[in-house]
Amino acid sequence: MVRVLKLELRGITKRFGSLIANDHIDVVVEPGQIHCLLGENGAGKSTLMNVLYGLYEPSEGEILVDGKAVTFRGPGDAMAAGIGMVHQHFMLVPVFTVAENVALGAETTKAGGFLNLDDTRRKIKEISDKYGFDVDPDALIEDLPVGVQQRVEIIKALVRDAKVLILDEPTAVLTPQDTDELLDIMRQLKSNGTSIVFISHKLREVKAVSDTITVIRRGKVVGTADPGASTTELASMMVGRAVNLTLDKAPAKPQETTFQVKDLTVIAPTGQHVVDGISFDIARGEILAVAGVQGNGQTELTEAILGLQERCHGSILLDGEELLGHSVKEVLRAGVGFVPEDRTVDGLIGTFSIAENLVLDLYDQAPYAKGISMSPARILENAKSRIDEFDVRTPSGALAAGTLSGGNQQKVVMARELSRPLRLFIASQPTRGVDVGSIEFLHKRIVAERDQGTPVMIVSTELDEVIELADRIAVLYKGKLVGIVPAGTGRDVLGLMMAGLSPESAHADTAHPGSAHPGSASAGSAHPGSAHTPVQTSTSGAEGGDHE
Amino acid sequence: MSTTATSPVPGKPQQGKPQPGTPESAREKAPAISAKPVTWKVPVLLAVLGVVAFIFFGIMGPNQTAKFGISSSGDFFQLPAIEVPAFLGGIVLSVLMLGLAGYAVYLKTRNEASPGWLPIVFIVLFVAAFLIWVVGGARTPSISLAGLIAGSVTLAVPLVFGSLSGVLCERVGVVNIAIEGQLLGGAFTAAMVATLTKSPFIGLLAAAVAGAIVSMVLAVFSIKYLVNQIIVGVVLNVLVSGLTGFLFSTVMQANKAQFNSPGRLPIIDIPVLSSIPVIGPILFKQSVVGYLMYIAVIVVWIGLFKTKWGLRVRAVGEHPQAADTMGIKVNATRFWNVTLGGAVAGIGGSFFTLVAIDSFTKEISGGRGFIALAALIFGRWNPIGAFFAALLFGFADNLQSIVTIIGTPVPSQFMAMLPYLVTVLAVAGLVGRSRPPAASGIPYVKG
Repeated sequence: MVRVLKLELRGITKRFGSLIANDHIDVVVEPGQIHCLLGENGAGKSTLMNVLYGLYEPSEGEILVDGKAVTFRGPGDAMAAGIGMVHQHFMLVPVFTVAENVALGAETTKAGGFLNLDDTRRKIKEISDKYGFDVDPDALIEDLPVGVQQRVEIIKALVRDAKVLILDEPTAVLTPQDTDELLDIMRQLKSNGTSIVFISHKLREVKAVSDTITVIRRGKVVGTADPGASTTELASMMVGRAVNLTLDKAPAKPQETTFQVKDLTVIAPTGQHVVDGISFDIARGEILAVAGVQGNGQTELTEAILGLQERCHGSILLDGEELLGHSVKEVLRAGVGFVPEDRTVDGLIGTFSIAENLVLDLYDQAPYAKGISMSPARILENAKSRIDEFDVRTPSGALAAGTLSGGNQQKVVMARELSRPLRLFIASQPTRGVDVGSIEFLHKRIVAERDQGTPVMIVSTELDEVIELADRIAVLYKGKLVGIVPAGTGRDVLGLMMAGLSPESAHADTAHPGSAHPGSASAGSAHPGSAHTPVQTSTSGAEGGDHE
Repeated sequence: MSTTATSPVPGKPQQGKPQPGTPESAREKAPAISAKPVTWKVPVLLAVLGVVAFIFFGIMGPNQTAKFGISSSGDFFQLPAIEVPAFLGGIVLSVLMLGLAGYAVYLKTRNEASPGWLPIVFIVLFVAAFLIWVVGGARTPSISLAGLIAGSVTLAVPLVFGSLSGVLCERVGVVNIAIEGQLLGGAFTAAMVATLTKSPFIGLLAAAVAGAIVSMVLAVFSIKYLVNQIIVGVVLNVLVSGLTGFLFSTVMQANKAQFNSPGRLPIIDIPVLSSIPVIGPILFKQSVVGYLMYIAVIVVWIGLFKTKWGLRVRAVGEHPQAADTMGIKVNATRFWNVTLGGAVAGIGGSFFTLVAIDSFTKEISGGRGFIALAALIFGRWNPIGAFFAALLFGFADNLQSIVTIIGTPVPSQFMAMLPYLVTVLAVAGLVGRSRPPAASGIPYVKG
């Protein structure tokens, strides 16, 4: 008989200075349930879980385990109480083996403090066999694919006898196939009596596995929902107003092809070919979306186009002009607009004002500069009109850009890049960490740019975004172009392509399980790493997971 | 990738075995693409050094016969001295080196990395050829190899302690630039306390305490107040240098007998064993500090890689957040480890005033704390690696002084550069790529 545990959070408030991240939050996690915390980025979900895990101390409120109030002074206390957590960014030491990572903090030792990893290896084997994880205790973490690393994190919690497992945005780094496997693992864990707190903002996944959904918005619980609720209902609860989840987008009217990439190879300082012989082109009035799991060469591809990568071979032609070998400034002046993937690092200077950030690319040109002097009045004037046009929510353009929310920061970046006449627009992760309301707005602007006849390239690791925006979809895997497929290609096909399959075999692979039972031998055998995964494709549709 | 694209036949069910066209098999193939490429660095460097050796040590080699004594008179049994005709020796060794370089180039053309032994063998050959060349060209072409090696170990003692201190600090995530200050503080305190208490052993203990105190200042400022670790370290070096210099000129010089006559730690000679040629004096005829060095290297290595303490320490230095979420107190671990590192460096400092010379002088550590830092990097943050790296630097240091004594055509200033030249080459990554602990130098702030 597995011991189960009931977890209650009562009136949890967490303040950081004047900022209230959690405002009197009440959540009850019943034993043996998958309880989802649904909310946008920045809604306070992760803060709440860090309070629960003892990483933060709550400013107010209490945590009850099986009805008894507890205080966690650190993660050690939380673990002792039976709470385990899988963080969004894995808490694994890359140069340690699986066994060393699992043992860390709860080491078994021989006399004299000498490590005894055999015991840990045995436990890893046990759990690995039970759930079909197929994890080698002696593999180095840095050699393992992300999906397997995540299983190591789960093993870490299970070895410590976790009765409640917190999963913080666990699918953010996974391919769709890995995600489906994870959802299955969650179901297995549940059937073995482990409760799960599942933190996510992805409605499809939430609906697929949850028993209860608590929706959090701006640090407050706004209500609970039934997993049977429609995605639009959930989305409007999450955002606080009715949202239109599907983008109204006229079909593309591609004109002549003006942007061409031929045999582009980018070599990293390590000598690795991070972009490997890629060729594609984009027509005016068309959006090409580059899909792929993070770290498959997307960053380097966009940086190469912009002139930020040093060792590039091949050719990048814009209206017949070679861009490769030119400085970033020359590329920008040639009419390339670029939204970098990490706005806080590459898109904005947080301590500069919004107005200054809006002219970062044109600060040395008329009308913002004359000789060596700049014209603050003109810069502020420009800011006013951009802020209006892009609906940036701020009292003044003179405020530091760092004070804005993620969505508003992204609008500032987008406003700057779209304020010049463009011949090519590139947006990397245009809506990462952006609230749903702003996503809608940003997507509309991107489509508007396309309709003006600019070739647009979007790089996104979010399949939903790719599907929504793309007129054509290019999939990158390990620096190579797996293929370019038309919009409307199935999510499961794209998922397989993101794992490296060519479009043809991806189509073939997804066609067969459909003709037989979903989840017959072919699905199981396609993943030697997960012999216990009985269902592969059932959750790939938006309504697929309600049978729990 | 092309095979994965074509193998599954559309329209034909493929059940049973894992197929080539699945994501898993695609993943397995991936390393072939992303595998770390072989660089030209090692083959080119070896080839250049080989050519240099062939021209200088070979073609331009001296015509005398170099003589290397192995046994000293008091040894257990006598081994004959090795005599090498310098010209022939230079030619043979440099041809061997060129052969090795050629092999590395050949491997590179086949896109294979040079095996780890190759650069090591190359270095040994190069050093041998260099020795033959230097000794062969000297006025008295004869040196005692045993004396050369024993002297190297002696000179390496403070370096080994210093680099162990660096290992202990960096492995836990704090860069210890203050090794120099810890050595100097240890040297000063050892001299002062040993003179006052009339016991070199108490002086030794006091040196450890002094090093620990210097380290605690580093720890408090870098861990609690998040001051840049490099800056705190540099400031500490200047501070200790100024403080000991001041106390030396005001207190010690005024009354040498009362404050600066520590007396030496005795050399403990283990009978019989110490009479083994070459290794006897190195291993069995040392001061307490020398024996402590060997013990410290082994203990730190076992501690870091075989115990629970070491696992936690390394986790804190690699990924402090991960350690924190596993209930390990990151900053406390850092504080105590840095303190321990300081104590180790302090013991190394006592070597200057209790073993090498029997009094303190200004700046007695003479920059060896920085060479220790280089040994730490050359030794890849590993206690045993750091030990051998420190030995190499000690060897270069000692060779420099011996070669000056026997009188070579090489200007002594050039020979004096040798230890630093070796340091630069070593730190530039002659032997493979070294990777510091990931969180080294980065303060840990919760949340």
